Amino acid sequence: MKTNLTYKLLMVTVLSGLVYGSCSKDLNDRSESYPALTPASIDLDAGTWKPVLLTAPGEFAVAAPVATTTPAYVAELNEIKGLQRNLSGNDKKIIKYWSAGAVLRWNEILRELVAKYNLPPYQNPDDTYPAPSAANPFAYPYFPFANPPYAARAYAYVSAAQYDALVATWHYKKLYNRAAPYKVDSLVQALVPKSDLPSYPSEDAAVAGAAIEMLKLLFPGEVAYIQQKADEHKRYRIMAGANVRSEIEAGEALGRLVAQKFSARGRADRAGQAIGNPDLWRKLETDTEAKGEVCWFSLESPKRPPMLPLFSKVKGFLCDSMDIINMRPAPPPSTSSQQFKEETEEVLYYSQHATRDRLRIVHFWADGAGTYTPAGHWDAIAADEFVKEGYSEVRWARNFALINMALMDAAIACWDAKYFYFNPRPSQSNSNIKTLTGVPNFPSYTSGHSTFSAAAATVLTHLLPDRGSKFNDMATEASMSRLYGAIHYRSDCTVGLENGKKVGERAVLRAQTDGAE
Amino acid sequence: MYSHNSWKNYWEGTYKRDNENLGTVNTQMMGIMGNYGITSKLNVLFNLPYVQTKATNGTLKGLKGVQDLGLSVKYKIHTFPLGKKGKLAAFAIGNFSFPLTNYVADFLPMSIGLHSKNLTFRGMLDYQLSKFFITASGYYTLRSNIKIDRNSYYDTEMHLTNEVDMPNMAGFNARAGYRSRTWIAEAVLDNMNTLGGFDIRKNDMPFPSNKMNATMTGVNFKYSFAKALRGLELTAGAKYTVAGRNVGQATIVNGGVFYLMDFSKKHATYEN
Repeated sequence: MKTNLTYKLLMVTVLSGLVYGSCSKDLNDRSESYPALTPASIDLDAGTWKPVLLTAPGEFAVAAPVATTTPAYVAELNEIKGLQRNLSGNDKKIIKYWSAGAVLRWNEILRELVAKYNLPPYQNPDDTYPAPSAANPFAYPYFPFANPPYAARAYAYVSAAQYDALVATWHYKKLYNRAAPYKVDSLVQALVPKSDLPSYPSEDAAVAGAAIEMLKLLFPGEVAYIQQKADEHKRYRIMAGANVRSEIEAGEALGRLVAQKFSARGRADRAGQAIGNPDLWRKLETDTEAKGEVCWFSLESPKRPPMLPLFSKVKGFLCDSMDIINMRPAPPPSTSSQQFKEETEEVLYYSQHATRDRLRIVHFWADGAGTYTPAGHWDAIAADEFVKEGYSEVRWARNFALINMALMDAAIACWDAKYFYFNPRPSQSNSNIKTLTGVPNFPSYTSGHSTFSAAAATVLTHLLPDRGSKFNDMATEASMSRLYGAIHYRSDCTVGLENGKKVGERAVLRAQTDGAE
Repeated sequence: MYSHNSWKNYWEGTYKRDNENLGTVNTQMMGIMGNYGITSKLNVLFNLPYVQTKATNGTLKGLKGVQDLGLSVKYKIHTFPLGKKGKLAAFAIGNFSFPLTNYVADFLPMSIGLHSKNLTFRGMLDYQLSKFFITASGYYTLRSNIKIDRNSYYDTEMHLTNEVDMPNMAGFNARAGYRSRTWIAEAVLDNMNTLGGFDIRKNDMPFPSNKMNATMTGVNFKYSFAKALRGLELTAGAKYTVAGRNVGQATIVNGGVFYLMDFSKKHATYEN
């Protein structure tokens, strides 16, 4: 008996050891494994690429740098050398983090802010809902509610501003042709991969400067956090021996000036009025009823006003308001039609016959409250691909600008269809339809996920043709996830994909003529 | 073994609220349990639950499935006489539980479990004086990381991975009451704490690695038949959550039917 007991205790000990081993707390975060950016081409002529808003790459003047033989420059080299003598472990971590790329890291920061702010406001005691106020972002509900359309617009503004800032930066880089500090002085260590790209003005600082300005507008409650990130980013370039301080200052100033153009546009692009008002919300109902259709109502309790019904009026980057109306899809199946009945039955089937694999698909693509939204998901997909490509910073920015302008315009086009048709969700049509993810608080037709996904996949397929059908397959899966989740009819998904592709093609047209290909 | 857990109010961080989009969340559990006495001091136990969730309001669909297999080893370290009639027993209990199926963890509050592998160490002291007893125990649970279906999530910062670090847990349990050959009637105080984790933000969904804490009080009863039905046992209990954080304010009722097959090694460890 004693041997038996010893044996069993030994078993428990071994088992405990195995379990403890499997309890490792290290998370395998992809963001931490991105390598230092090593561009395959420096894209020296990117100063000639077509900007989004700038009238010319030299629209904002950047003074010529001083000669690298001047005492002022030598003093700046000494700053680098001084920093490099005393690098702490944390400094090295900062260098490793930012060396993956400026555009990449700021896109990640933006995705994090979106996830942080993507929470629907909690109701008032009288069952109405408060609206966030840009004038007081720290009072609950915090400004903004970074829902899918708001987020798509935020990604587009930041990406497009960074792209224009870098086109201007590259213009001056080629013009002034200042070598990097580690090329001027062999005692300066290059703690990032060396590059032949001229270093004045700093591309990293231009990206950071553009981000600071844009995020002041988009996430006003995070100005302090953004500033802290930007300060760390700028210090990294100096510690790494990649820029002297005056290159950073020139780049940041240029980035800020360019982004102020985008901020001015953003203040007047009608997004601020997209929430509508009670009269408008009622009119949506009466207009739909006048057409003889069942109108959408909120499935939340207490009933929440529809999400951003006037987002369709926001000024797009690729499509103007006439384009949006011309692209508007044909009506959904009438709520009294046989097809509508059949499609509702199909949703009920998926509600009642969830498989584990369909649940995986539903939750992988859910991108609901507290996430970086579908647009952010496609940015994450793009980032993981771009990391493999060794793009220059300006090409990173250009490609993100193309994708995110397409995503923003996809939001506009989709919201136009949603509020023009004001179609009920499946669970409204049949209360037996229980959903495998949250029901979004806006009309059904067309599916936002489908529109976003097809737009992004169309642009990505153009940018990375060697990936074959990968992105379109992902878009189809994202689209079907909404039917599997029992929150969309099949028509919402298929028509959403078609419409998203049309928006994506606008971005492809731009890509073919912007001088980068 | 059957239990029914239901809550209408829950704690979003420390803020207590209800949610008309959920109504009352009901979780039913049917389980098979077994206990085998290897020696008079060493027991091995298993527990296999089937769980089903359902909300009374809103559109979210409940989930169901086989949850985690629990395996326990309970060892009576020593019994000391204490006082004239009393005796004090010390126990060490180890439990390992792991999910048997690939159920969804990241769809709270409709998920049937959290999908981590758990290793729990519990130390327990039991003092019996005549028919009255008092039992106190403390535990520490190591929990493995879990994998969820999405490849990014926000807790207090963004994570670009499908892995979630599940903080470890610790807590205590205290019981006191009457215990005889036929009856056990006890009052229970149950406490669990997540050592880390984060609060649900206002109006956000819960997440598996939330800081889930709860203190519950309740009563348990057990009746053991004699004579012809000897070996048959019935249990019943009820618990109510008096304090919590990132959990529902649950009321749990449970009942069970047990059958002891090994009469010869019947021992004095009546506690579950």
